Amino acid sequence: MSENLPISRALNAGLRRALETNDRVLLMGEDIGPLGGVFRVTEGLQKDFGPRRVIDSPLAESGIVGTAIGLAMGGFRPVLEIQFDGFVFPAFDQITSQLAKITNRHEGAVRMPVVIRIPYGGHIGAVEHHQESPEAYFTHTAGLRVVSPSNANDAYWMIQQAIDSPDPVVFLEPKAKYWQKGEVDLEAPALPLHASRVIRRGTDVTLVGHGAMVTTLLQAAALAESEGTSCEVIDLRSLSPVDYGPLLDSVRRTGRMVYAQEAPGFTSLGSEIAATVMEKAFFALEAPVLRVSGFDVPFPPAKLEGTYLPDADRILEAVDRSLAY
Amino acid sequence: MTPLDDPALVRVLAADGTLAPTPAAERYLPLIDALTDAELETFYRDMVSIRAFDVQATNLQRQGQLALWPPSFGQEAAQVGSARAARAQDHIFPSYREHVVTRIRGVDPLDIIRLMRGLTHGGWDPTDPKNGNTHIYTLVLGAQTLHATGLGMGLVFDGKCGTGDPERDEAVIVYYGDGASSQGDVHEAMVFAASFQTPEVFFLQNNQWAISVPVATQSRSPLYKRGEGYGIPSTQVDGNDVLASYAVSKLALDEARAGGGPRAIEAMTYRMGAHTTSDDPTKYRTSDEEKAWAGRDPIARMRAFLEARGASRQFFDDADAEGAALADDVRVRTNELGSIPRAHMFESVYSEAHALIQEEQRWLDDYEASMEGGAE
Ligand SMILES: Cc1ncc(C[n+]2csc(CCOP(=O)(O)OP(=O)(O)O)c2C)c(N)n1
Repeated sequence: MSENLPISRALNAGLRRALETNDRVLLMGEDIGPLGGVFRVTEGLQKDFGPRRVIDSPLAESGIVGTAIGLAMGGFRPVLEIQFDGFVFPAFDQITSQLAKITNRHEGAVRMPVVIRIPYGGHIGAVEHHQESPEAYFTHTAGLRVVSPSNANDAYWMIQQAIDSPDPVVFLEPKAKYWQKGEVDLEAPALPLHASRVIRRGTDVTLVGHGAMVTTLLQAAALAESEGTSCEVIDLRSLSPVDYGPLLDSVRRTGRMVYAQEAPGFTSLGSEIAATVMEKAFFALEAPVLRVSGFDVPFPPAKLEGTYLPDADRILEAVDRSLAY
Repeated sequence: MTPLDDPALVRVLAADGTLAPTPAAERYLPLIDALTDAELETFYRDMVSIRAFDVQATNLQRQGQLALWPPSFGQEAAQVGSARAARAQDHIFPSYREHVVTRIRGVDPLDIIRLMRGLTHGGWDPTDPKNGNTHIYTLVLGAQTLHATGLGMGLVFDGKCGTGDPERDEAVIVYYGDGASSQGDVHEAMVFAASFQTPEVFFLQNNQWAISVPVATQSRSPLYKRGEGYGIPSTQVDGNDVLASYAVSKLALDEARAGGGPRAIEAMTYRMGAHTTSDDPTKYRTSDEEKAWAGRDPIARMRAFLEARGASRQFFDDADAEGAALADDVRVRTNELGSIPRAHMFESVYSEAHALIQEEQRWLDDYEASMEGGAE
């Protein structure tokens, strides 16, 4: 059975199924109850599961994550919503110095099956703190798993897989794509949570990215094709750990890779991936792995986000540079 | 029980505009008696103007001119009373809804428009004298309470308060909401403020809602009582009564400026409209509640009070005209706002040259030039 759903509804359906199948799952966050979250991802869930399974929390991010740690110690599986990317930082201490390390400090005796959902990224013309890409802060922290779906089917399945994970998962939702529809197969999970996936075959250049950038990569690939260049596109899906298999296979065939992300480039996920691919596939490469990213400035006022965010043209410029080697 | 039944609540004007001080208001009456007719009329004009501005800004958002608008509709009295109580040398730390506070201090309302239009992240310079020591909006809830406290600590260290000279002594007032009061930052700010006896007023506008979450989720006891727990003398005031808001703020600021340490005020008010233009209040609150609070409208209350004192029809018409003129001016100037050059993005990230930024800016310039020159 399959359904055509926008990503926000696919997430809603995935959360609903998790709440139904495991009564230790609970949702907590700001405005997730009667309002259904500012993006309506949790719409209707409090009505159906009650205010103790779907909790409107006090307005305190450190409190949300910190208490989820205690709830997990008590055998619950909290799924948290941070309202916007820029508001995760009040919880940063609880996430990076507590949540991420508790299993290790207990030598495995205590697990932290906590999911932190964060709508992230630009393209919505919003005000400050509403358009950030904080993934590198979390991928840099051992003990956290970090994933990001780019389509409705993945959204539906990956949220359930994240909730099943015994480890803490930072679940990054590309907010610009919440309304993008896609076919969701409600029976067969597509891939394991930490697999990357080739979503377009090509022979000349490998394009890699995650979240909202995947759509842009596909646009770039289509444009490149009209100019006679064949691009392979890989959706990273899991940001930590990274599934390098498909990336390396691909680059061994194409000899070229461009990594694109909204986040600033300096010490970013793209830096890590570029370095690793160069270490592991050096002799297959015809050109250095190139990165296309946001600039190393604070996310600018909305009127400049079009200049700040990589678009298909900037990706194609990198493709051309790669081909020119 | 309405949240206005606390016997400690300070109220001077009843909802119908008659002078009916609560027992807790007695000590403030001399401050109100000292107000001149012109001052009373200014309070009213402030409130009317900002409401007209607010309606205009909401419309501009609906027309796609602004990314977002957070209305201050219903909270005019709490803001006008507190802002008019501050002295010129005091420092103001708003949150993001204090439109009339910033206006009273001299900030051009267009600066707020530019922020909400996506042209800036701040929009004004707090150190420029024309902005009346008013800091920029802070969207991360509660963060500014720590900044205000730090500035207050500096005033203590520099001996700029408690000298006995009220013309020179400085104080700080910081605004935040009932939702924000749950943030750890606010608690830490109160700890520091009490420890260092900062000349500071914590001004909490309890508008009953943090987006969709009622104040009961943030606190089971009245929020003003929290201040007491930190050793900060605290007062609850009817925030829809501009006279009470003024008097309570004036005394608190005077005491803080004179070296008495921090004070906290909880202004009981109501957000009559949506949280922002992206919000839908029908999802979480009842029209009965909205109607009950509409009956306590701060502008209607002050108008009835002034009418009973004999203010002329002409005065009210003039106030309306002043509001309409402000709204028109803002609309016209919003339409004239241009774009921002892309270089803006790289400016003022650092104070001194930074190699990476310079390189990226050069790269972007070349790239844009190559695009303009057509693809080769
Ligand atoms: C740290 C942080 N978390 C979440 C948000 C998103 N947010 C913006 S306003 C708001 C509600 C604020 O309520 P309150 O403090 O009562 O102030 P009000 O908006 O009612 O004036 C929320 C949750 C934010 N801005 N900052």
